[in-house]
Amino acid sequence: MFDFLEGYDLLGAFWVTVQLTLLSAVGSLIWGTMLAAMRVGPVPLMRGFGAAYVNIVRNIPLTVIILFTSLGLNQTLGITLGGGDDFDTINFRLAVLGLILYTSAFVCEAIRAGINTVPVGQAEAARAVGLNFTQVLTLIVLPQAFRAVVGPLANVLIALTKNTTVAAAIGVAEAALLMKEMIENEAQLLLIAAIFAFGFVCLTLPTGLILGWVGKKVAVKR
Amino acid sequence: MTNVSVAKEDAAPTGDLVVLESVNKHFGALHVLQDIELTITRGEVVVVIGPSGSGKSTLCRTINRLETIDSGAISIDGKPLPQEGKELARLRADVGMVFQSFNLFAHKTVLQNVMLGQIKVRKTDKKKAEEKARALLDRVGVGTQADKYPAQLSGGQQQRVAIARALAMDPKVMLFDEPTSALDPEMINEVLEVMQQLAREGMTMVVVTHEMGFARSAANRVVFMADGRIVEQAAPDQFFSNPRSDRAKDFLSKILHH
Repeated sequence: MFDFLEGYDLLGAFWVTVQLTLLSAVGSLIWGTMLAAMRVGPVPLMRGFGAAYVNIVRNIPLTVIILFTSLGLNQTLGITLGGGDDFDTINFRLAVLGLILYTSAFVCEAIRAGINTVPVGQAEAARAVGLNFTQVLTLIVLPQAFRAVVGPLANVLIALTKNTTVAAAIGVAEAALLMKEMIENEAQLLLIAAIFAFGFVCLTLPTGLILGWVGKKVAVKR
Repeated sequence: MTNVSVAKEDAAPTGDLVVLESVNKHFGALHVLQDIELTITRGEVVVVIGPSGSGKSTLCRTINRLETIDSGAISIDGKPLPQEGKELARLRADVGMVFQSFNLFAHKTVLQNVMLGQIKVRKTDKKKAEEKARALLDRVGVGTQADKYPAQLSGGQQQRVAIARALAMDPKVMLFDEPTSALDPEMINEVLEVMQQLAREGMTMVVVTHEMGFARSAANRVVFMADGRIVEQAAPDQFFSNPRSDRAKDFLSKILHH
């Protein structure tokens, strides 16, 4: 029944999906946290930039952003992100960039919601001890904010895992591209769809369960 | 008692430490501080009392610029309060503050709460910071709770940790913003005792409180505020037995007889 799978690198394709997910997750966590810091910071210019970024980027379809990285950044501006002449590498990196740009808007808003759960008194006490703005944010506010939003961040991570399929649009050889190829070549459409659906559930279900448990574990008791 | 903390200046023990000159502040239409003139000398314990909404908490919070002021001038140890930034952070390290709601860092243990400022602001090395933190926690009577998280402690214990956290910075002056108002009655005394002891050791203190007993026994001076103004200031004996202003008489009559 599964004979038709021979000749297709199913695991390899999902491995690319995992790599896309993990690299984009790390990148968007960093950039999203920086955006959140800008949005709660004292500098009006940065607050404005953060707000504008989030409101613009989260309202653009991911497909448009991913296509822009390829058509705009790469083919028009000649940006290769250090990928040399290797199109696979370049497209993979462009896809990661696009996913980071997009996902960080959602990460930023999740973290900002977390910052709002930290009582004002925590920051006031930190300032009263003599910590500067960056220290207040990184030592007191953000650690507590992160603990409050592990659940929402897990949602973003699950969405990101599934969003990596959009990278197929610029030819990154991840799971969705392989699925498209198999659907074109083979007759077992339902089975193929089921296999890929199962593959994604295998990636995302543990993410949700583990992070849900972590969220409870690290919650700040008040 | 141990001789940790309570930094005593080697310079003259007297002199003006905190000076507020014609300080004004508005919250929207509310003129919450009106032409406040207040001078606190080194080693003095000033208790600020008054009805709710009289501006006493705001006054306390302006001294380390947790609240900004609209006009006037505040200086600490001869230096005017700087704008937000490095300078201000440095100055705040010299001004200990204790809040009504304790505000211990909820994600850090009691010990870490008392070590954090020493390590990050004073750049003390970890070992010394821990030694000092443990000594201070012993001193305020919560030494055995060092490895717990704030939420595991009673209110009184949390507030004593908060005092230890402030003392760990060797402050020149300590501000207490209604330190016992959020406490169960039976825990008030354990906090007041720590404060009494601090006062005896010569710490300069500004205490906003409703505890008249503390004002009587520990204060050098009572400042009575109402409607954003300092209505009267006097030694505690004189203020409680013989208030001059009608507003203070009215206030005292309401709180002292029942």
